[in-house]
Amino acid sequence: MQRLKLFIPLAVFAALALLFWQGLKLDPNAMPSALIDRPVPPFHLVTLEDGSQKVDRSVFKGHVSLLNVWATWCVSCRVEHPYLNTLAEQGVRIVGLNYKDDVDQARKWLAEFHNPYVLSIVDADGRLGLDLGVFGAPETYVVDREGIIRFKHVGVVDERVWLRDLRPLIQQLENQ
Amino acid sequence: MIPELGHFALVLSLGLSLLLSVLPLSGSFNGRALWMSTAPSLATGSFVFVALAFVCLSYSFAIDDFSVAYVASNSNSLLPWYYKLSAVWGGHEGSLLLWVLILTVWTWAVALKSAHMPIEMRARVLAVMGMVAVGFLSFTLFTSNPFDRLLPGAPVEGSDLNPLLQDFGLIIHPPMLYMGYVGFSVSFAFAIATLISGRLDSAWARWSRPWTNLAWAFLTVGIALGSWWAYYELGWGGWWFWDPVENASFMPWLAGTALMHSLAVTEKRGVFKSWTLLLAIFTFSLSLLGTFLVRSGVLTSVHAFATDPERGLFILAFLLLVVGGSLTLYALRVPAVRSSVSFLGFSREWFLLSNNVLLVVVLFTVLLGTLYPLIADALGWGKLSVGPPYFNRFFIPLMGILCVLLAVGPLTQYKRTPAAKLLSNLRWPFVGALLLGVVTPLAADGPYLWQASVAVFIASWIVFAAVQDLRTKLRHRASWREGLSKLPLSFFCMHLAHLGMAVTLIGVSFVSLFNEARDVRLSPGKSLDVAGYHFELVEMRKLRGPNYLADEGLVVVTYGGEEVAVLLPQKRRYFSGGNLMTEAGIDAGLFRDVFVALGEPLDNGDWAVRVQVKPFVRWIWLGALFMGIAGLLTVWDKRYRFVTRKAAISAEAQEVPVAAP
Repeated sequence: MQRLKLFIPLAVFAALALLFWQGLKLDPNAMPSALIDRPVPPFHLVTLEDGSQKVDRSVFKGHVSLLNVWATWCVSCRVEHPYLNTLAEQGVRIVGLNYKDDVDQARKWLAEFHNPYVLSIVDADGRLGLDLGVFGAPETYVVDREGIIRFKHVGVVDERVWLRDLRPLIQQLENQ
Repeated sequence: MIPELGHFALVLSLGLSLLLSVLPLSGSFNGRALWMSTAPSLATGSFVFVALAFVCLSYSFAIDDFSVAYVASNSNSLLPWYYKLSAVWGGHEGSLLLWVLILTVWTWAVALKSAHMPIEMRARVLAVMGMVAVGFLSFTLFTSNPFDRLLPGAPVEGSDLNPLLQDFGLIIHPPMLYMGYVGFSVSFAFAIATLISGRLDSAWARWSRPWTNLAWAFLTVGIALGSWWAYYELGWGGWWFWDPVENASFMPWLAGTALMHSLAVTEKRGVFKSWTLLLAIFTFSLSLLGTFLVRSGVLTSVHAFATDPERGLFILAFLLLVVGGSLTLYALRVPAVRSSVSFLGFSREWFLLSNNVLLVVVLFTVLLGTLYPLIADALGWGKLSVGPPYFNRFFIPLMGILCVLLAVGPLTQYKRTPAAKLLSNLRWPFVGALLLGVVTPLAADGPYLWQASVAVFIASWIVFAAVQDLRTKLRHRASWREGLSKLPLSFFCMHLAHLGMAVTLIGVSFVSLFNEARDVRLSPGKSLDVAGYHFELVEMRKLRGPNYLADEGLVVVTYGGEEVAVLLPQKRRYFSGGNLMTEAGIDAGLFRDVFVALGEPLDNGDWAVRVQVKPFVRWIWLGALFMGIAGLLTVWDKRYRFVTRKAAISAEAQEVPVAAP
């Protein structure tokens, strides 16, 4: 009987370990983004292509688009870039959000590595990024024809993410 | 080439650690002295190769080798050289390498200093440390290799070290903290080796005491450095946030403090043997738990590393193996029969036991509060967390009681203390503390705060009781000088650490009770008054640092018409990443800090400014420094050297009749 008592610490630890194992499956960052199924927040910003003309939410109207948050300072964006080019060649409409970046460098980057974006919104002070709840670049949102956010992916978009999450959703939205 | 060399060195070190965890241990079972005697050399080899890997990574940082993925994401060619070097431990992979390096340093140190121990014990202790090293080396190599390359397509520029980490405090905070965390692996290894041998005498307590004190000293200083850094770098003058990662370092400290005291009783009186073993396991397990919480992403925190479920799973598996394994061993090997040594109330044993009980209760409340968000999430109660109110509600009264008892402990004797003698010794300290406690808050402006009175009472109670202790110890000596030289070093260390506790207590309570803070809108030329200090924002200017642009305010502080300080708070914008950082302007003083931080720029050139006068805030870290120094000094106590030699002889003497199991 005395011996059994000595197993109490082990039992407590086992319960804790079970909890941690559960915890690993939960994602504290997966704040089911408050913006899912809500419209893209309002903005009024210039684009990289045209520094004088301001655009707003209407750029999303009528097409299913990807909204990709990128910047030249972001190493992962560099990794992601070739795959975005591939997607653009396949006819995917990608809107860029150039996040807290230097405009000249961003233009140079696009000239050098090819431009997969139909346009890149310049969010120099990160205000739109803040409204969107951007954690860091790169991030990619799926926005439907009505300008409503349907999905958010944090991190690099690659073949796996595209085939698993993005493509099925885009096809479904296009067929609606 | 250099990164590959580093990678290879890590693999070699893993090989040596594997040998270290198998060969000496099996030797200790079948009595092969040759196998057992390989332990020190294997420990040395393992250390040398990890050190080589560390040098290789540092070199890659120094020459801006951005083809190494870890360098590319944590450094930048504009970074000053000292931050390039500290960036080595600025991210997950590199800080893990630092962890392993420090682990092998401790293992090597134990190998050097354990020649006097019985060969079986030495082999087993080093083998257990080797096992821990195997776990962390494989974690590094298989899930978080810092030497991975970005080839082809290496970026020409790195994405910079997180600006929060570009700071002197962060150069030394992680190494100190890890020295503490990892140092507890030594007490753990001693406990496990003792459990394996099954001979639960108090020799192991004697051997592991200096190591535990040393690790505890490092951890104390490491935590204080982290708190100091948060104070001046995060920009709002807080010094403790009950953040999961802070708690992750604080829980091993609580357990380690309990362990230190429990080891003392076990060594001196041979009681609480099983409990001390359990505490040693707890302390190191909590260090591992901290690593798990920080790096697996199960809890969000300001310190969160890049998280990865695969890594989380690996550490969890490792945690299961180490903690589950050692607790099983504990349950099977510890004698179920209670030790028969008796002690009475008001004996030193009783006080050390209450110290342990209180610390463990505090530890569990902190653990519960830290894990509560996880529990709530797992049970589907939604995402929530318990804030400082929860922690403070339990922590403050429990620590208050602990501090009251802490003052009495040193005046007691083992086995039993005559109550009349104890009471007469405590009469004057009590009266003095009570007087000081009642009077001191009157000196402060504003309403009388009873909390301040309690804090002063407890702190002076500790100090006066210590003075009384010294007086009774010197009473029968011919002269003060002769008496002082007869007292052991550890006596002074104990009182220095307790004094540190009193100093920290004053700092914590005064800054919490008497802090003055104002958030105001200021434009150049405007001024305001806080707690008698006059702050004038003279001008705002722009300046350029090596890798950032900053807005700097020039604030002149005067007190009663005399200039006290010129503060230069900054708002920095780092080039890569566009991160905004607040650098507070602080005039530090022993009795108060004057603190100015820039908030947001408002329209028409005004700035939101936070101005604070923080009384006694330095005492928080000063006390921690006292404790750290005290812990460090105990290692030089003559008694340890003498006793360890004697212990070794007596243990060897026991060795003869007990043949190898």
